[in-house]
Amino acid sequence: MDALIPLFVAIPLISAFLIVILGKLVKGFHRFLAPLTLLVLLILAVYEFTGLGKISITYAMGGWTSEGGVPVGIYLVLDGFSVLMLCIINLIGLIALFYSLSYITKYTAESNYFALFCLIIAGMNGVVLSGDLFNLFVFLEVSVISSYALVAFGVGKTELEASFKYQVLGGLASMLILLAIGLIYWKTKTLNIADVRNVLDAGYSKPFYLFVQVLLIAGFGLKAAIIPFHAWLPDAHSSAPSPISAMLSGVLIKAVGIYVLIRLFFNMFVFSYEIALVLTSLGAISMVVGSLLAIKQWDLKRLLAYSSISQVGYLVMAFGMGILLLLRGNNEAAAVLAIGGAIYHMINHAVFKGLLFLNAGAIEHRLNTRNLKEMGGLSKAMPVTSTTSFMASMSISGIPPFNGFFSKLIIVIAAINGKFYLLATLAVVVSIITLAYFLKFQRFAFFNKSTGKALDKIKEVPFAMSFSMIFLAVLCLALSLLALPSVRDSILSPAIDVLMQSDLYFTSTLGL
Amino acid sequence: MSTIVKRVTPLLAGLILLYGIYIILHGHLTPGGGFAGGAIIAGAFILLILAFGSSALNLKKEVAGSSNTESIALLMVVVLALMALLFGTKVFFFNYLPKGEPGELLSAGVIPLYNIFIGIEVAGAILTIFLALVIFKEESSK
Amino acid sequence: MTVYILCFVLFLVGLYGLITRRNLIKIAISLSIMEFSIFLMLVLIGYIDNGLMPIVDPGLSAQVYVDPLPQAMVLTAIVIGLATTAMLMAIAIRLYRKYKTFDIREMKNLRG
Repeated sequence: MDALIPLFVAIPLISAFLIVILGKLVKGFHRFLAPLTLLVLLILAVYEFTGLGKISITYAMGGWTSEGGVPVGIYLVLDGFSVLMLCIINLIGLIALFYSLSYITKYTAESNYFALFCLIIAGMNGVVLSGDLFNLFVFLEVSVISSYALVAFGVGKTELEASFKYQVLGGLASMLILLAIGLIYWKTKTLNIADVRNVLDAGYSKPFYLFVQVLLIAGFGLKAAIIPFHAWLPDAHSSAPSPISAMLSGVLIKAVGIYVLIRLFFNMFVFSYEIALVLTSLGAISMVVGSLLAIKQWDLKRLLAYSSISQVGYLVMAFGMGILLLLRGNNEAAAVLAIGGAIYHMINHAVFKGLLFLNAGAIEHRLNTRNLKEMGGLSKAMPVTSTTSFMASMSISGIPPFNGFFSKLIIVIAAINGKFYLLATLAVVVSIITLAYFLKFQRFAFFNKSTGKALDKIKEVPFAMSFSMIFLAVLCLALSLLALPSVRDSILSPAIDVLMQSDLYFTSTLGL
Repeated sequence: MSTIVKRVTPLLAGLILLYGIYIILHGHLTPGGGFAGGAIIAGAFILLILAFGSSALNLKKEVAGSSNTESIALLMVVVLALMALLFGTKVFFFNYLPKGEPGELLSAGVIPLYNIFIGIEVAGAILTIFLALVIFKEESSK
Repeated sequence: MTVYILCFVLFLVGLYGLITRRNLIKIAISLSIMEFSIFLMLVLIGYIDNGLMPIVDPGLSAQVYVDPLPQAMVLTAIVIGLATTAMLMAIAIRLYRKYKTFDIREMKNLRG
């Protein structure tokens, strides 16, 4: 079981290069290999998940284990939180790839698309597994550079412009992250996340690490598009091909943004009140402003992109609240609720935002427009798209019995228990605003009178696309089961434990 | 380019190529290694292309060739790393070949092999980038 | 300490260029300047006065070596920088072919 961990990075890399070499020679090779790769990865991830339980596995690359308690090699760490992320990444990846089989036929250079898709998966798996700061940076760059290329895949004016904007801001973010990593190495003389924690426990100068943490918040905040750093997201996510938008919005901003931020702040740095306050307020601001910006959008994919900003705000706010509660120390149950709710919402958001972008792609595939004003009356012509997008919309706006309701409810309960009444009110209000703009989407796309386009010529999308949408819609319902205590214990608790008991991470990783 | 340039660059390019190969092969002994040597090798080819002009070659074919070389070299690196799962302590990237005497050319186990493939990869990648930019220029000047 | 401050100044020079320039190529150059200021800082972190290059020579013993890890980091980061710059250039050239200019003020498909 240990030996399988590097395969999460190696398999997608191998198939990406094989696709580049053989994709031009053997016709249809990439259409067969890429989904197979993702399927194998998903099976591996689920296998690791079922076998893992509450332990964490450390894998030392090249057999370079620790020398007198000081790690010398590159570590891959698999624990409750990272294995959960691996499952989400590979699941959404598989669905988006299956969807692309039909969707991507309108573009040229198909094999490049599938190769880049495998690279993006390899990078994200690496980020999630890495137990080493610099390695994390390298994998992060692998995944974001392939996402730059995928955003520009349509090579139209808007796509190129969005990709350039994304690259400049993404490059700036990478520089800030590298600077922060350099500063950490300067003071601690180690890059291993667990070892850094070990050094910090022995004493540290607070102003210096506050500066480093602010750099990291700015860097990963740019990658995750928290509000003051969000400028690139609506452009990039709306210009990319739809399956890629689903990947970017559903998984990438979480794997390379939120996940790393949370992993570093919970397991590497010692909690500090100031940073927790910054995280909570940034989360609350992006939650509110993102939803307000989404209301006035008429471009369907831009609306979804702004709603991503708002939903990511929920996550950051809940995690920040968790740190504040842990620091206060008298209300651990509320902290568990806040962190658990955030992880739960992270899974849910990956599923329903992925589904919504796939719906948008289906509409664009048939109508060749993203403007809501040019749609209308599609509910008869495209029943599958209509039904699944209705389920996703209800789920994201927090209507029971869909999964979004439960995760938002948990976050709100945690806020009330922790006496953050303002944040609880904001979370509820934003949920209502979300309902408003998703009702707008539903009304203008599916239930309005037709706008004169020949509706009878519009057919439902091909099987590969409708199957992926139905699968995700069923998942939207099924994930509400996670709210049940017994299911939650087996799936979410290992992840929550990793974050709650921050000392556990370094003792188990370093083998102390 | 003038005749002088066209006469001198092939001579220089040969030397640069040899130097790049030297840097790659001694990567485990002296500063340098796959990346530096690969960049030098790519430099030799780029010098030739600059001297003789892009009209002397079939750009589309060249770019396909260099990108295939690059992918194959990268694939070999991953395969070498995966082969480590079969030998010795069975961990990824394990150095499974005999280490040899420090300071000798044939030493350090698999590391020279990694260096060679990374060298080919970097040379291929830089050449691909260069050729792709040349193709852009050719297309826009038409 | 002066060298670190100079690195930071170089970083700010890059940031200034990134914010004020209106030309796609100049933006890419500013990004590269920022990158290289950080590479310089990383190498300087590993520098030790009178340190030798970190290659173990059996003939010499008990020498002071400079820290090799930042050098390895910088090499890797340079490769990544190469990839990002190449991507930026490719996109910039494509944009030039669409708009016939490098000026970002002319490109306003995406506003709001």
